[in-house]
Amino acid sequence: MSDLTYETVARFAQQGGLIYFSAIFACGVAYALWPRNGPAFKRLAKLPLQDNEAPDVEA
Amino acid sequence: MSTQTARTEAAPIDAVLLFVTTGVLAFGALLATALSDDRLFRFHGWMFLGAFVIALSVMTVAITSGRLRSPQTEYADGVVRAGVIATMFWAVVGLLAGVVIAAQLSWPALLYFPDHGWLNFGRLRPLHTSGVVFAFGGNALIATSFYVVQRTCRARLAGGVWPWFVFWGYQLFIVLAATGYLAGITQSREYAEPEWYVDLWLTAVWVAYLFVFLGTLWKRKEPHIYVANWFYLAFIVTIALLHIVNNLAVPVSGLNSRSVSLFAGVQDALIQWWYGHNAVGFLLTAGFLAMMYYFVPKRAERPVYSYRLSIVHFWSLIFIYIWAGPHHLHYTALPQWAQTLGMTFSIMLWMPSWGGMINGLMTLSGAWDKLRTDPVIRMMAVSIAFYGMSTFEGPLMSIREVNSLSHYTDWTIGHVHSGALGWVGFISFGAMYCLVPWLWKKEKLYSNRLAEWHFWIATLGILLYICAMWVSGIMEGLMWREYTPQGFLANSFVETVAAKHIENVIRTIGGLMYLSGAVIMSYNLWRTVRMPSSAPSAQSLAAPAPALIAAE
Repeated sequence: MSDLTYETVARFAQQGGLIYFSAIFACGVAYALWPRNGPAFKRLAKLPLQDNEAPDVEA
Repeated sequence: MSTQTARTEAAPIDAVLLFVTTGVLAFGALLATALSDDRLFRFHGWMFLGAFVIALSVMTVAITSGRLRSPQTEYADGVVRAGVIATMFWAVVGLLAGVVIAAQLSWPALLYFPDHGWLNFGRLRPLHTSGVVFAFGGNALIATSFYVVQRTCRARLAGGVWPWFVFWGYQLFIVLAATGYLAGITQSREYAEPEWYVDLWLTAVWVAYLFVFLGTLWKRKEPHIYVANWFYLAFIVTIALLHIVNNLAVPVSGLNSRSVSLFAGVQDALIQWWYGHNAVGFLLTAGFLAMMYYFVPKRAERPVYSYRLSIVHFWSLIFIYIWAGPHHLHYTALPQWAQTLGMTFSIMLWMPSWGGMINGLMTLSGAWDKLRTDPVIRMMAVSIAFYGMSTFEGPLMSIREVNSLSHYTDWTIGHVHSGALGWVGFISFGAMYCLVPWLWKKEKLYSNRLAEWHFWIATLGILLYICAMWVSGIMEGLMWREYTPQGFLANSFVETVAAKHIENVIRTIGGLMYLSGAVIMSYNLWRTVRMPSSAPSAQSLAAPAPALIAAE
């Protein structure tokens, strides 16, 4: 705890932040571009157009 | 609605729970009003009490007549219809308050009433900002979120009658806030002026809203959560967090309207602007992007241009926005690195914002002709263009050197209004123009011509407004930093105010035009509701051709 100076905290926040944000962004982009998700996204893009007048209820 | 069977069954548990809760609250309000020696607190105590008593009476009638049923085979659209009406009502009220205070700034000698404190600019200004942001914008968001989450989940709203609690509870919050401002009850935090007990009430309403929304997602029949719901959820969750932290305060006493903030000094300022900027980011941006991602494809009858881009748009927007607040505190006691952090994240916001704008506009590809023929589509397209423009201007103004000129000037006011009138206002109006024929089962709007008039009057009004504010803002910024050869400031403050007179007048005219558009729209929607319902045809405009009468 003795070397917990402003510089070390700032370095941790800056470098950690950089890695954290890059990783989060990479995950987001990977999920968006993952080939297997393609068909689902194609369907979802049309979701607002396909809706109905009543909720789906199991008979 | 099978009322015959409903009457024979026991009252639904959700309605009984709401009834009991309201009864307890009414008792609490009665005690607080009776015991308090604070005149302002009693004033609001009576208001709470009145609202709870009315609610109890209405619920008594509704429960005994078996009307508080929630048939899972129908969407809960009554609360959305109420939301549409409230949205238009508060739009006119909030915009009117804006025109009044703009006129006060234009003709201060004429419109200053020293004998009537509640008519002062300082009291009316929060009435305007909360009126448009929370009353108009908030109601538009609650109404559209209730509509969209049901359609995209193919499930009725969760919580039975509790969506009605969210709706009426939110209206009560608005009335308490607005009357409080006029009476002089304020904790003087910008965009969070209501005092502690109103904050607590909003917290309760908001938690109920979150549970209704989450509950509807929980019982969804569509395996994926559509992107609009992600934006709505981010809006609801983040506003809850911001609201609670920013309003942490210690009341002077449990029976007093005043409180003291838990924070002080620069920490207080940072919390305030962490809240303030994310109210812009999550209420005025994320929530309305949800609207864009549903109503634009629906109305244009085109799929979302790129669903992949919408995912990147969502995650990058919410992860970046939350850090941008410190750009409101350039050249203050806030540490320089924190100011730079806020500025950097604001600049990074260019990317998701413009990605979203492109995604929204390109959704019209294949339907560009509708820009010419459908004023509602045109309104939404212009709103997205304003979204792009104001999200370009915002990062620019967050740069420290630009901010040294723009901060505290009318430039900021102009920037806010290009976002509020252009983006938030127009996308909401577009959604309301869509919703009224859908909800009241009409084939189309009463008049497309009136919608055209609304579009052009309002668009010209916005342009007058923001151009006037650019001119006056840059002028006063330059006047403030003008020095004489001896090193003294060249202009007194009042000289810089007087120099803005003509721009203030132009701004008032622009605001009046925008208000006129909203009044025309209200008339148009009212006439639409009163039109005879028509049997749906296969080609019934962009509306989803609701074949509804079968359900009744």
